Amino acid sequence: MSKKKLSKPLAEKARRRFLRSLGLGAAVIGSSLVGFYPVLTQSAPRLRPPGALKEQEYLASCIKCGQCVQVCPVEAILLGDLEDGMGAGAAHIDARVQGCDFSCDGLQCVLACPTGALSHDTDYPHQIHIGVARIDKPKLCLAMQGKGFKGKVRDPSFTGKFRYNEIDRWNPIPVRDRDFDLEICDLCVIHCPIEIRIAQCDAGKPPSGDTNQCPPQHAIELRPMVSSDGIKRLEPIILDGCVGCGACEMVCPTEPAAIVVDMESILAEG
Amino acid sequence: MNYFKESLLQLLGRDPTRPTEEDKSPEVKIIHFRKKGEKYDREAVQKEHADHDSKKWLRRRWITLILVNLLFVLSYALDIQLLEGALTASRFFGFHMADLNSALQVTLAYKHMLINLVIGTATIFILWFLLGGRTFCSWVCPYHILSEWTEWLHLKFVEKGWVKDHDFHRGTRTVLYFIFALLAFFTGYTVYEAISPTGIVSRALIYGPGLILLWVGFILLIELLYSRRFWCRYACPIGLTYGLVGQISPLRVIYTVDNCHHEGECRKVCLVPHVLDTVIKGKATDTEVPIGADCTRCGLCIDACPTNSLKYNFKGLNKLL
Repeated sequence: MSKKKLSKPLAEKARRRFLRSLGLGAAVIGSSLVGFYPVLTQSAPRLRPPGALKEQEYLASCIKCGQCVQVCPVEAILLGDLEDGMGAGAAHIDARVQGCDFSCDGLQCVLACPTGALSHDTDYPHQIHIGVARIDKPKLCLAMQGKGFKGKVRDPSFTGKFRYNEIDRWNPIPVRDRDFDLEICDLCVIHCPIEIRIAQCDAGKPPSGDTNQCPPQHAIELRPMVSSDGIKRLEPIILDGCVGCGACEMVCPTEPAAIVVDMESILAEG
Repeated sequence: MNYFKESLLQLLGRDPTRPTEEDKSPEVKIIHFRKKGEKYDREAVQKEHADHDSKKWLRRRWITLILVNLLFVLSYALDIQLLEGALTASRFFGFHMADLNSALQVTLAYKHMLINLVIGTATIFILWFLLGGRTFCSWVCPYHILSEWTEWLHLKFVEKGWVKDHDFHRGTRTVLYFIFALLAFFTGYTVYEAISPTGIVSRALIYGPGLILLWVGFILLIELLYSRRFWCRYACPIGLTYGLVGQISPLRVIYTVDNCHHEGECRKVCLVPHVLDTVIKGKATDTEVPIGADCTRCGLCIDACPTNSLKYNFKGLNKLL
């Protein structure tokens, strides 16, 4: 290639194009780096699907394809949007909208994940760590007030689903299809997938006939409270077996929910 | 300058080189010499173009692009599990596929590669190797078609004098490619994936729209008002990834110099006109010249050409048949 000296207007044109290109490059990189803001400030903390790696590794490995979304029978998995920054397109769970009830039995989302962002080392529901439940509003908790619960859970806009073995072994149904009549509210306990599994195992009928499915530790129980006013009150106690699936937060009839799931990533940082 | 090196350097952003007399074959020299003596009949060529007006490949390509994306959408919407996932990674009848650039970003950020991802990446590599590399861009990428429609509007605006087109240095894409690769490796986040209009539009189609479409709208607005097809031409690393696959692909567009009028209609419609530098009078180095790796195999030039001087070609297939 011969190096000819460019004429003045051509050289000026080339100089302008170079500067424009520099500007374009900087603008594209700059825009992409904005995505770090929500991640670093945790302005939009998210519960991740079952088997998710630690938050940073999770975001590194998630290829944002949504295959986990597609296989979930209760459609618990959502994809991040603009406010998630680097997490845009990555999967998360909003427990209040729809918790994970393990009605797929086999952790279908983990099996569907092509990159291992949902770790394939996870085989059973009790092995996962989405987060840990916590009584956020003890004053609202019906059990702690000694109150029962009658009727349908939450308001008509609530679309959450749950698989009730006694109603339909295979298909989750809308929670609002059910009418409850509880002397003292224990919705969180009766909807806890870990507790349900332990009960099945205790009855000699482990899920899928596989004793490996039996959780080794309890997740939640109601303990009698000592009260001076003579009212029988029960306190939900979160135990070591809690995996943070969010079923309890989803069905909690109070507004806002008395019980919430805290994120594993935030718990880890104390 | 051999074809391989020229094609690669053009892909990375260098301007096409002017071939020397030694580069040209004796056969093509005869044709060039003959053409020197011919008079260019402007009116006859214009008439030929008016009579030709073909949209064959455009139609086929748009139908393919829409069908592929529709297959993703319907698979999920109707739960028929044919093509699960999105363009970044998917399963076709249960068989893994992974977009090469997304897989690269994830591998650089995560520094592990699960067997599923290896299978998916290899499958997609073989597929686009056979089909021409950047064929992905023009035949599958859902952003491409939005960009194409915007381009049509942009050219109208330019014609009316409402906006001016600004070009960039094509090397910008190569620089961005390396920066995004380094960012993925050193930050541990798939930085490009967060802003990739390909992934964003694909997911929006399948899982429903989100606010992040504002970003895609913003890019389209710049393409409309400031620079024709700037994202595909100067920014998108996916195009470079598939371009590298196309570099060794047997499927390409091939140029036959003999009947060409050198009127340049093909270069006007082309997304990457530098690859068609060879159609300029006297530049072809042989009677048949394969078009370089940056070509998206979209077929617009084939549609535009009234003399059949540009054709799809699968290397070696003619000999086999």
